[in-house]
Amino acid sequence: MYIKGMGTISPQQSWGDETLLSQIMQSNGDRLTCYEPEYEQWIDPKNLRRMSRIIKLGVTAGLMALKEADITNPDGIITGTGYGCLDDTGIFLTKMILNEEQALNPTPFIQSTHNTIGGQLALLLQCQHYNQTYTQGAFSVESSLVDAVLQLRENPTKKLLIGGADEITEASHAIQKRFGFFKKELNTNLELFNTPEGTINGEGASFVVLSGEAGAHDIASIEAVQMFYKPSDAALQKGITEALTQCGIDPSDVDFILSGKSGDERSDGVLQNVTAEMFASSSSGYFKHLCGEYPTASSFALWLAARILHEHHIPDAVIVRNTGRSVKNVLILNQYFGTYYSLILLQSCRATL
Amino acid sequence: MLTNRPDTLKSRVHVAGVGVISAIGVSVNETLQAFQHYRSGIGPINFLNTAHQHSLPVGEVKLSNDQLEKKLGVKPNLTRTALLGIHAARQAVAHARVKISNWRSGLISATTVGGMDKTENFFSEFLQDTQRGNLHDVVNHECGKSTMLIADDLGIHGFLSTVNTACSSSVNAIMLGARLITQGMLDVVVAGGSDALTKFTLNGFNSLMILDGEPCRPFDATRNGLNLGEGAGFVVLVSDRVHEQESLDSLALVSGFANTNDAFHQTASSPDGRGPYSAMEQALKTSGLTTADIHYINLHGTGTLNNDLSEGTAVKRLFGEHLPALSSTKAFTGHTLGASGGIEAVFSVMSLMHQSVWPNLRFAEAMPELGIVPQKTVEQMSVKNVMSNSFGFGGNCSSIILSKA
Repeated sequence: MYIKGMGTISPQQSWGDETLLSQIMQSNGDRLTCYEPEYEQWIDPKNLRRMSRIIKLGVTAGLMALKEADITNPDGIITGTGYGCLDDTGIFLTKMILNEEQALNPTPFIQSTHNTIGGQLALLLQCQHYNQTYTQGAFSVESSLVDAVLQLRENPTKKLLIGGADEITEASHAIQKRFGFFKKELNTNLELFNTPEGTINGEGASFVVLSGEAGAHDIASIEAVQMFYKPSDAALQKGITEALTQCGIDPSDVDFILSGKSGDERSDGVLQNVTAEMFASSSSGYFKHLCGEYPTASSFALWLAARILHEHHIPDAVIVRNTGRSVKNVLILNQYFGTYYSLILLQSCRATL
Repeated sequence: MLTNRPDTLKSRVHVAGVGVISAIGVSVNETLQAFQHYRSGIGPINFLNTAHQHSLPVGEVKLSNDQLEKKLGVKPNLTRTALLGIHAARQAVAHARVKISNWRSGLISATTVGGMDKTENFFSEFLQDTQRGNLHDVVNHECGKSTMLIADDLGIHGFLSTVNTACSSSVNAIMLGARLITQGMLDVVVAGGSDALTKFTLNGFNSLMILDGEPCRPFDATRNGLNLGEGAGFVVLVSDRVHEQESLDSLALVSGFANTNDAFHQTASSPDGRGPYSAMEQALKTSGLTTADIHYINLHGTGTLNNDLSEGTAVKRLFGEHLPALSSTKAFTGHTLGASGGIEAVFSVMSLMHQSVWPNLRFAEAMPELGIVPQKTVEQMSVKNVMSNSFGFGGNCSSIILSKA
């Protein structure tokens, strides 16, 4: 599958013409929130008025990806979201309780369903084609990619808009904090990996346009997607090896590992072992100190990996171990709270390599 | 999953087992009895703790959470969506007699409320003080968590996913499962959906003023809204290889499906039903069948003024004057939201198994705009292909065709 265009809104400057991660956004709390564009440039203000933040994030990221791919109407829209539209859900729940189930405004209810981003994109684009929304924690984006694989194998000429979105709200952050998910004191997100316990909350929206047909301006290609649910160490290693073998490469052919290390060693251990044991000769790096931890963080990683391949450069803020290898194969290995593991293998589309 | 794998021999997709729980019964047998005796499950609210308890009829599953827990022998405090899902999914797997651990197996479930039934308890305390509210009540809030709980119960590790495209969710879950099997990526997929009644959805639909204070009358001229329901429905999909090697029954084949978007309004359907029309039309196209081959349509038929007119218009536009038998079974079950496509897929398979079509209860007078008269009685007839429709908020429209093997 070839990436034709991307649109990403994240806690970093990930949209516009900036050089990749030339200026790192830092924050000193236990959450990273999005650096947002001026939405009026993308969405008609009269539509914008009713949209909650995650809808703005998702719809705009989708429109950005379409613009970069230079298409106006995709052949399908597939969205992944772990938590869905939390803000509208919270608003309706709050009003329902405070008003004792009387005289409620339906708008937040209408916009609380997980498929609102995909539905709003369809409505704005007048896109009557395939429209799907997955919500399986940190498999949400991966499910969307698998769906794309199935569709593009049926018809490679299709161009599909695929992405992930999740938002932090005050309520969701307060609740997750009580679960002890986050580090208590963090001077800057760049110190995420300095202490053993807790991660940092994150959010973002990132879309790609994918097609089964290669073109002259492809950003990168996606070669494999695989999910591993609560795997043992051995099962994970076996699964990764099998996926790579099926792609015709060995672990030693992987030039760069982009690891979903979260900063919490309670859930990072397995991934750390796998990376050390299987990919000793690869360069490696992390991304969650830049976007935070959230179910669809792998859509940020996908954007980052594709940009790295396209620009043939790994930003300093990402790289942890530099073996000096030229970057042709990038493997994203993600994990989410030690439950969801996934891999996405990307390859360079640069003709010069 | 490789993105560039060459096409292997495409497999057919068999339905090897079904499981269902809804207001009209906790099993396929009880459901059949209810159909045959015209016994609706719509009635007063017994278990849901809501201010609307005496004003809004619903299709509630006639078991409390405690009773469900005991029946299933699971740990306490699961969400109702998970309990209903585990019940129906276990039934479907047992019915199929397939050993899921022998194969590359997956679970694709659909839900719109997930663990909302517990979250709404949590939230009333949390609103007073963000340090209050029992965290056990939100730990399973996410839609994906209910699928995880069902997968863990069934022992499925290979592939799990959750769909939430509002009321069309389950059909989209079955569609993904069928594609994974057709293309040889999985051998066995348990697919369907589960949704519990919650205050959140009851009040949501009430705020939209589309709930009928009386038992709903789908496709009737006097229809005045929907009744919410709850339940779960799953089908076990298997490949040709599994079907042959394990000598399983093939209750039906998934022969066609389509997912389209109405792209008209966030909640309302277009007057000409362009999304529903193209979903049905494309489903027919993928199945290679014509309208004359469809013997029964299990309608989305919620009972709202908007849906039934829009869907009926689309059906008439596609099928012309010679309509097949058609009915909405939501007058029996209520609208079970994300579960409806799974539950109604089971009803459609039952129609093929029993060569019968199910009645559209409480129908008296055709919509004057269309004159469509749905099936009023249980009737034995030759049923080779059944179409089942599910449409939802966000313009999502899906249609699936199940055929006699």
